[in-house]
Amino acid sequence: MMDNAKQDGAGRTGMMGWVDTRFPATKMWKEHLSEYYAPKNFNLWYYFGSLALLVLVMQILTGIWLTMHYKPDAEYAFASVEYIMREVPYGWLLRYMHSTGSSFFFIVVYLHMFRALMYGSYKSPRELLWVFGMLLYLALMAEAFFGYLLPWGQMSFWGAQVIISLFGALPFGIGEALALWIRGDFVVSDATLNRFFALHVVALPLALLGLVAAHIMALHEVGSNNPDGIEIKKTKNAQGVPVDGIPFHPYYTVKDLMGAAAFLFLFAFVVFFMPEMGGYFLEHDNFLPADPINTPLHIKPVWYFTPYYAILRAIPHKLTGVLAMGVAVMILFALPWIDRNPIKSIRYRSPLFMLLVFVFAFTFVVLGWLGMQPVTAALTELGLRLSELYFAFFLMLWVHSRDRSGAYMTMVFVVSAIVLLAIDGIRYDPGKAGLMMISALLPLVYFLFFLFAPVLSNLNQSKPVPERVTA
Amino acid sequence: MIKQLFLGAALAAASGLCQAASGLHLLDAKVDVQDRASLQNGARVFVNHCLSCHALSYMRYNRIGSDLGLSEDQVAGNLMFAADKVVDSMDVAMQPTDAENWFGIVPPDLSVIARARGADYLYSYLVSFYQDDNPARPFGVNNVVLPGVAMPHALWTLQGHQRYVKQDVDGSVDSETVTGLSTSGDEVLVHRSVKLQSGEEVSVTDRLQVDRTGSLQPGEYRAAARDVVNFLVYASEPAQLVRYGMGTWVLAFLAIFFLLTRLLYKEYWKDVH
Repeated sequence: MMDNAKQDGAGRTGMMGWVDTRFPATKMWKEHLSEYYAPKNFNLWYYFGSLALLVLVMQILTGIWLTMHYKPDAEYAFASVEYIMREVPYGWLLRYMHSTGSSFFFIVVYLHMFRALMYGSYKSPRELLWVFGMLLYLALMAEAFFGYLLPWGQMSFWGAQVIISLFGALPFGIGEALALWIRGDFVVSDATLNRFFALHVVALPLALLGLVAAHIMALHEVGSNNPDGIEIKKTKNAQGVPVDGIPFHPYYTVKDLMGAAAFLFLFAFVVFFMPEMGGYFLEHDNFLPADPINTPLHIKPVWYFTPYYAILRAIPHKLTGVLAMGVAVMILFALPWIDRNPIKSIRYRSPLFMLLVFVFAFTFVVLGWLGMQPVTAALTELGLRLSELYFAFFLMLWVHSRDRSGAYMTMVFVVSAIVLLAIDGIRYDPGKAGLMMISALLPLVYFLFFLFAPVLSNLNQSKPVPERVTA
Repeated sequence: MIKQLFLGAALAAASGLCQAASGLHLLDAKVDVQDRASLQNGARVFVNHCLSCHALSYMRYNRIGSDLGLSEDQVAGNLMFAADKVVDSMDVAMQPTDAENWFGIVPPDLSVIARARGADYLYSYLVSFYQDDNPARPFGVNNVVLPGVAMPHALWTLQGHQRYVKQDVDGSVDSETVTGLSTSGDEVLVHRSVKLQSGEEVSVTDRLQVDRTGSLQPGEYRAAARDVVNFLVYASEPAQLVRYGMGTWVLAFLAIFFLLTRLLYKEYWKDVH
């Protein structure tokens, strides 16, 4: 036996030797923790990956306990949630952790994605890492959408009703058939609740866990990016260890532990002192039981979907709106192939790029706010212009991938102007002509500035990228 | 510059919105779920005046007893008129079909109404019933916060009769909207924005005047209404009674835990340069 153990490579005796000849425990520990070298210069933005994992574990655990008391039945669902809130010992705590957790999951994931955007973490060789991350984001959105139906309140019901009916906009009868297939009924009903429960507690958690594994495996294959956007594997010492790398364990395990403690403090503050978060995390209307006959005045999704919802609502043609909303999410998949600038980090890219990224973030936030507001002509118009800027951002990323001539910029400007004018022509409404003209200033200024500033000024000058990471 | 332009546009939109959708300015209910005397009085008023039609079916009588510091005997003697056992939930005896015939709708369960509507809304609603002689009004009353309300003024024996005294406007009225409520001494004031046919807009202040007091003086009635709302706020989430206290301990623990992890981090990272 001893000889076998030695021959099988582990060469160790004792308990771990016994295990290692049968399972790669020590090998995996080294590969992913004690000898996984991460750049030493991670900043605050680099906490959100491990925090997302923490929230996922928390959601799964609280979810399992909630499932023990929840009833996926249109007759009892609402009451069973209130039963959890009142009769189950600490049920209110489990429920608030789960409901607050879903919002925090999106906060953490949005910050995580913004980090990738700032430091070019999706660029070669991390394209697949980004794609797995985007699949995770899609799965998370589906998970949140299915889960939101379960409390069976008015917003649960009508939110699902509206979102599912969006599929109905697809042409050739496909849409209606698809919506019917998703609901399992002609309206959102007990059948819908049952299948959403199955998807929420079995199907999507499995998908999420599998994708998390793929995401981490891809990360550990290529190694982590860092705020300087420099490959630490390029500079190795005699032992083949990156000089600017430090073992993930213990350095980043203790650092992430500190991040988790700080995060949990904020999280607990919301759970115990403001679980409704002023109606953003738990919507007031969702404390009214689902009522298929009584449509609420304002139907709106939870805050994390509202940027896309604003894009949908801003477009007067339903099918186009649905497609635009879909493309707004899916275009992110293509980010590694749109932004082809070789410099990864925002630190060494031009001031113009910085402005571009922050305007994009600002656009996203304002769209999110718009998606929660009641519809007015002015807000819808603003939503449309901001949707244009949302998509224009990706065009600018492409354009700014390298130095372009004045002629090239002029051509892009002319083509964009024609497209935008055509859109305004199609949606032209004499009653809103003034509003349309004033709001057109937004894309006009945006395009003029981001296309011609590089030609007319040195705002688009990148900075030299150092060989080694900075402190 | 672009950012400022964005900000300007967003702000313009925001201010436009505030004007468009501000809704009704409600009275501040000033609820406090730690005020046990208020909750007990609220529970008493609720079971006497509301529970005959509105269930509180997610609450049990003995839960209220233990949360509000009442013995089972006290609960049985003072609160239980519609049930046999203290472990029963607070349901109503009225049949839904009867309710539909009598009121036009089934009175909703009020277990979580305070979370759906908010305390200020409920309080403003309870103090703004007034006599309305319009024969179309089934119970001879109407409500400022919920015009055309289907419910009778269930607390009229406490409040008495309240009359809506309109302030006169010079000129013919085109349209009018109630903008908010406030109080002045014993009276509830109703603020109304009137658009005249001349295009001019004027703000007027109407009064809700108690003509014939019930068993309570106007100030006492408002306190009783506040107690009922306070009780409903408690009933909508009984965990509130323990949530804040527990949260303080959890935060204290996490703060210490954070300091320890920070020390650990500093210790490990001192050799990283």
